[in-house]
Amino acid sequence: MNRQTQLPARLHDIRTRIEKFARDYGLDFYDTIFEVLNFDEINMVAAYGGFPNRYPHWRFGMEYERLSKGYEYGLSKIYEMVINNDPSYAYLLGSNMDVDQKLVMAHVFGHVDFFKNNFMFRHTNRKMMDQMANHATRVRRYQDKLGVELVEDFIDRCLSLENLIDYQSPYVKRRADKSDEDESPERKVAQGFKSEREYMREYINPPEFIEAQQKKLDEEAARKKRFPERPERDVLLFLLEHAPLERWEHDVLSIAREEAYYFAPQGQTKVMNEGWATYWHSKIMTEKALDASEVVDYADHHSGTLATSPGQLNPYKLGVELWRDIEDRWNKGRFGKEYDECDSFVERKHWDKKAGLGRQKIFEVRKHYNDVTFIDEFLTLEFVMEQKLFTFGYNEKHQRWEILEREFRKVKEKLLHMLTNFGQPVIAVEDGNYDNRGELLLLHKHDGIDLKLDYARDTLKNVQSLWRRPVNLVTKVEGRGTAFRYDGKEHSDKRVDL
Amino acid sequence: MALKIKQDHARFRDIVRGRIKRNLKKYVQKGELIGKKGKDFITIPVPTIDIPHFRFGEKQQGGVGQGDGEPGDPLSQGDPQPGSGQAGQGEGQHVLEVDVSLDELADILGEELALPRIEPKGKDRIVSTRLKYTGVAPSGPESLRHFKRTYKQALRRQIASGSYNWKKPVIVPVREDRRYRTWKQVPLPETNAVVLYMMDVSGSMGDEQKEVVRIESFWIDTWLRKHYKGLETRYIIHDAVAREVDRDTFFHTRESGGTMISSAYRLALEIIEGDYAPSSWNIYPFHFSDGDNWSADDTRVCVDVLKEKILPAVNLFCYGQVESPYGSGQFIKDLKEAVGGRENVALSEIADKEGIYASIKTFLGTGK
Repeated sequence: MNRQTQLPARLHDIRTRIEKFARDYGLDFYDTIFEVLNFDEINMVAAYGGFPNRYPHWRFGMEYERLSKGYEYGLSKIYEMVINNDPSYAYLLGSNMDVDQKLVMAHVFGHVDFFKNNFMFRHTNRKMMDQMANHATRVRRYQDKLGVELVEDFIDRCLSLENLIDYQSPYVKRRADKSDEDESPERKVAQGFKSEREYMREYINPPEFIEAQQKKLDEEAARKKRFPERPERDVLLFLLEHAPLERWEHDVLSIAREEAYYFAPQGQTKVMNEGWATYWHSKIMTEKALDASEVVDYADHHSGTLATSPGQLNPYKLGVELWRDIEDRWNKGRFGKEYDECDSFVERKHWDKKAGLGRQKIFEVRKHYNDVTFIDEFLTLEFVMEQKLFTFGYNEKHQRWEILEREFRKVKEKLLHMLTNFGQPVIAVEDGNYDNRGELLLLHKHDGIDLKLDYARDTLKNVQSLWRRPVNLVTKVEGRGTAFRYDGKEHSDKRVDL
Repeated sequence: MALKIKQDHARFRDIVRGRIKRNLKKYVQKGELIGKKGKDFITIPVPTIDIPHFRFGEKQQGGVGQGDGEPGDPLSQGDPQPGSGQAGQGEGQHVLEVDVSLDELADILGEELALPRIEPKGKDRIVSTRLKYTGVAPSGPESLRHFKRTYKQALRRQIASGSYNWKKPVIVPVREDRRYRTWKQVPLPETNAVVLYMMDVSGSMGDEQKEVVRIESFWIDTWLRKHYKGLETRYIIHDAVAREVDRDTFFHTRESGGTMISSAYRLALEIIEGDYAPSSWNIYPFHFSDGDNWSADDTRVCVDVLKEKILPAVNLFCYGQVESPYGSGQFIKDLKEAVGGRENVALSEIADKEGIYASIKTFLGTGK
């Protein structure tokens, strides 16, 4: 299939060259379709999250305004955009210089290779382009039938809950299959281990053991009566299954959920993915594709991509440095028991076993890791020092943001925390029939950081509008258990023991 | 091609407009908008329009950064903060800055205050004609020759006749190639207006009082500009004597002398008679003071000038009395008695900044 004909001949030539370089390096990507857009179009596509067709919603308009303004004032310019789809689509800004187009293409092939091979994307819909267009059609139809405001308002509420999904669920099995559940209502009696010999029974199954077994069985039975059986982290799914939604509402909510799941892996591999693409554009450009006349512009734009500022971690920078560090370590054999146990600083520094495994290792890592495991496994003390990483926080006394620590463990901990569960609080449905009054109980698994309360109240209100009955959220505020409640008319909160 | 996003963008603008409308009272009271005025646009800070999520509070969360510095050093000012959002200074209250055209702002003001459209006086009478270039023709005066079109025409002819040499691309237009701009006479309803701001700058008018005047004049300008293409503004300050000043001086002068309001009215009359013939101008004098006049005699003179000369000439005369701890506030009572019943007079007492909103309604609600 050759759909690249719309690319001007000049860009088509560049593309063919870059694609060849990328394949020669071993990148393995879907067929990629580049489209050349002007700045207005590219801002639109960017506002739509990379898709040319989304359902109508004002927040895309807001994003568009932000992007257009940034472009007009010369503050920002979108260089590269690519969507995870088969074939992949990527966009080029028509007014860019050829050197930029080269850079973008090389970068894009890196991304597409990552989309295709990384395990986090295994479950994503590779025909999302079409699916998004379907969503758009469905939402438009509802708007035609029911009115723009009503539908848009409902979308607002769905989007407000879009992070209440179970980020791990595509990769594990959460629920038991229906069929192998024992539906018998009778109380199960613990049997203990089988014993042929009567006199041995007491020794094989002492009474305490039987008692413990019995308790376990009873608990399991009690749990089955609970609703949901286990706390449900996919709050959206729970609402879809149990909230009294109208059909169109059900459909719109499922659209919001599907899109949230589609975008989630991109957020969960941001550092890796951007780092990977940057690694490859830099490799392809500096080793193969650059003309002598383009070096200065390339260096300028490349360094712009990697610029760091104290208050913000640049995923491109962190990612590419980590990839290079991994390659270097595996090239020199700086891993494994022997290396780990060496405590001579000098020796470690000059460690080089000529292992030459770097390239192989990074291709392996790009397949089996996500940001959390990537950082957890490959962020080393040396790396943190070299890259001058630190943690920062807000100092209430000085009323300003300050650097807190440079200690390796603290930095790593903070980084991992920021990445775990997508950096979102873990909130699950604890009870769908709370107090036996059909109320919803959400439990926030507090891990040291409070929720932003004004947002929490507003969000709770949105949950209530879907659940219809009162909703409760249990969390901790400044170390104390607090239950927030919204009953459809007013908010209240009370202390609870946790 | 109209982009699909335009629809979403329009929805967003609608929402923003709604926010501005809802908060208009606050915007009117605060002077902050004035400082954000560009040429045609004004930047308005609107509380962020975003979709709430369950999320962590930023201040407890902190983050990881990269660069030099010791523990305890501040992050440099204005750095973007971690997470998906950004932490601003004002208690994490995010602010969105949107550009709104002055025209749109006037519309919002009009809708919210239910202001009637202004009927420019003598609309039919005051008509002038303007010349407008409307097309291109093969004949005309040389001074209006359209070089580009002429060139194109010549190029076209040369290519068609085969005399174009791409190695030596010399284009020589002949008589027939020449193209000229043509024009039409368009009747233009002349809707010119002038606003004469007069302000008492005697010692009793403090900074706060002046701020009220400044804010109010901004909104008056905005509204009138919507209705008149060419709006001129003139500024008069007075204590015991009046003089005309520029805008900057108007708001920043402080005198200590006494107050003779008649001096200002006389000067205003002079300006009107000199530059703005009432037959072709819509005239809006606005006078602000703390209501303290030198003497009852002077007040009588004021009333005479108003009644005899100014009121017959102007669309609307507005007097705003800004409350000050020193002023007696007598003047508005005198005016009310003398000219209060006239339909082109609007009088308003402004206690403080909160009074501006009502005062604007009084002034502009007349529809004059």
